[in-house]
Amino acid sequence: MFINSRTLNNLWREMDGFRSEVDRLFGKQLIGTAAVAPALNVWEDETAFYVEADLPDVPPEKLDITVKEGSRLTLSGERRATDPPNAVWHRQERFCGTFTRELTLPAPVDADKVEAKFEYGVLKLTLPKSEAARPRKIMVKAE
Amino acid sequence: MAETVVKDREFPATENGEAAVVARPRIDVLETDLELLILADLPGVKPADVDVRFENGELTIHGRRAPTNAGKRRALWEYEPAHYHRSFRLSEDVASDKIEAELKNGVLTVHLPKAEAAKPRRINVKGE
Repeated sequence: MFINSRTLNNLWREMDGFRSEVDRLFGKQLIGTAAVAPALNVWEDETAFYVEADLPDVPPEKLDITVKEGSRLTLSGERRATDPPNAVWHRQERFCGTFTRELTLPAPVDADKVEAKFEYGVLKLTLPKSEAARPRKIMVKAE
Repeated sequence: MAETVVKDREFPATENGEAAVVARPRIDVLETDLELLILADLPGVKPADVDVRFENGELTIHGRRAPTNAGKRRALWEYEPAHYHRSFRLSEDVASDKIEAELKNGVLTVHLPKAEAAKPRRINVKGE
């Protein structure tokens, strides 16, 4: 048996499903555990993949985005806890700490042309597909 | 994240006519001598699309999230971008006319200054 990227993606989905089940049971994310991985949504068109992740309050300088081996995308970063002086905590549900997420894209991308921006706490990545991965129209030669 | 599908007049249905997905945003609640501080994660919501109300001691947070990447094909779908709704009762007396809120980097911060009567007071003890 071999594992292709589709299987891995399904595995991620299963794990995220399990995590949200745990969240539901305990009423909040397990704070301080290293197993936190942000959920991703990915769109594509002929030229690029578009990845989005909800990362509210993650400062850009605390976020590392890497593309390895053409299609392995890794996001890792840290969200600092709010700590106003002389405050008493009544409730803490928002995640803080470090996170890492890895995703293998279905096709290789041009790592030099990846663009990243934050919009209202959502990370938005545009990963142009590498030339070889773009669809091509094949001309059929007529006799 | 607890997501529920509700039919709500205040949330527009999706393009396909399905009911909007509404999530309960995660919040932190802190208290200082002077105020209650509420932080809520509302990623994807523009400042114009968030509504904060305080009525009869109850604070309601309501955020609308616009869909993104319309017209592109979904390649991987792990979470449903949802609207946000949450309301809760506050135990402290709050100066409702002085409540301030700001939305920055997907986080809503609500400052609820305590009413004069609810602020801690140091009582001078008179000696003989």
